[in-house]
Amino acid sequence: MSTVWIPQVLRASVGGAKTIDVPGTTVGALISALVAQHPTLHSQLLTDEGELNRFVNVYVNGQDVRYLGGLETAVEDRDEVRLLPAMAGGAA
Amino acid sequence: MPKSYSDLLREARAKVREVTAADVDALRARGGLTVVDVREDSEREQGYMPGSVHISKSYIEGQIEAAIPDRNQPVVLYCAGGVRSLFAAATLQELGYADVASMAGGFQAWKSGGYSWVAPVNLTAEQKQRYSRHLLIPEVGTDGQKKLLDSKVLLIGAGGLGSPAALYLAAAGVGTIGLVDFDIVDVSNLQRQIIHTTDRVGEKKVESARKAINALNPDVKVIAHDEMLLPDNVERLIAGYDVVLDGTDTFETRYLLNDAAVAANIPVVHASVFRFEGQLTVFKPYEGPCYRCLYPSPPPPELAPGCSVAGVLGVVPGIMGLLQSLEVLKLLIGMGDTLAGRLLLFDALDTTFTELRLKRDQSCPVCSDAAQVARAAGKPLPVPNFGSDAFVLGGPLGGAS
Repeated sequence: MSTVWIPQVLRASVGGAKTIDVPGTTVGALISALVAQHPTLHSQLLTDEGELNRFVNVYVNGQDVRYLGGLETAVEDRDEVRLLPAMAGGAA
Repeated sequence: MPKSYSDLLREARAKVREVTAADVDALRARGGLTVVDVREDSEREQGYMPGSVHISKSYIEGQIEAAIPDRNQPVVLYCAGGVRSLFAAATLQELGYADVASMAGGFQAWKSGGYSWVAPVNLTAEQKQRYSRHLLIPEVGTDGQKKLLDSKVLLIGAGGLGSPAALYLAAAGVGTIGLVDFDIVDVSNLQRQIIHTTDRVGEKKVESARKAINALNPDVKVIAHDEMLLPDNVERLIAGYDVVLDGTDTFETRYLLNDAAVAANIPVVHASVFRFEGQLTVFKPYEGPCYRCLYPSPPPPELAPGCSVAGVLGVVPGIMGLLQSLEVLKLLIGMGDTLAGRLLLFDALDTTFTELRLKRDQSCPVCSDAAQVARAAGKPLPVPNFGSDAFVLGGPLGGAS
């Protein structure tokens, strides 16, 4: 199980949870498991082709998976995975 | 028997190695030497050795350990004529500094030897008082304060992030503050936009902010840009500024600002907030990633609501805006490590900070090496255009979200 951190903007889609433990050995598998549990996350995280949306970054232990192995990036138990969509607010 | 001044001087000479101005010049050229000016403030104002640390002799015991923590660091002290530095050097030896010398003949010998020295531009008496807490910090000091007074910072938005940032940058003595905002002060802004006041509701935000800044610090020149940031004015608006603080609320403005700032080689201190969370980083062109590297495309509006839709705890943009000011001051003074290449996340409910690593995207159409070459050749790479219809959230650009 790895812990996925859910940013506030996505929490409404996961019943308010801040973190969710999901099984999987790659980032792609974790996200698939997450989307299976919370189907409304699908369009927020993934394109129709199943790729990560370009406005969502995924970090494993602080590193952007785009510069690791993308969805193939291996994750181990207790790795910290963060989803981070672009934020709008400048509180103008 | 009590000792005379000449006895003390003789003893100091016997203990402390003296070096000539020529020796110091050669040692400095080799690198690794710290030069300490032990004269009084009034003497330093007349000129000093470039790169020297200033600790007047009366503070040497109390301040030297913070300035030079490594007791094996080679140190040369100087004063005006070479006597006070000799006594100060003896004190350093007592404190355990292993490699200390005093420059014979002091600054007079240095100057008359024709070596380079700095003629500082002095602060006024009022400025010395106003910025006294900055002047006490070695990392800022008179030089840093002078840099701030000569600096120009542009704030995009005089809102939740821009308000606290503008006040603190003004207080810090940033000489020119430009404000881009076309909006007017609304009573719903006042929960977080602390530069505005209840009796200025209905005024233009740039004028309201100008009043607050002028009242706080008359050293600051405010340039009010009462207009939207748009493709046809972005280059003009940012031109000549040293740093831009991004306090915008829309993706369209962010991408517009990013592309123009990278092309103009101006760092952008970025923050965004959502309810109890904030993100912060510095986009320093070519040294770290740009906004397009971080997010190549914006989310659809329903996935990234602005504050007018989602709400925000007022102190969150306050905290993020002040962290932006901190990064701005570091960039202007050239101290510390900025957040370039790092994204700082703030969670106000847990009071936690998390740091993520960011990288330049080698295929970025704006800041990659290829994009830089293409721009230099007058043929910039095409960039995706994120039009206003799709990405303006919660009102017009810079709106009172």
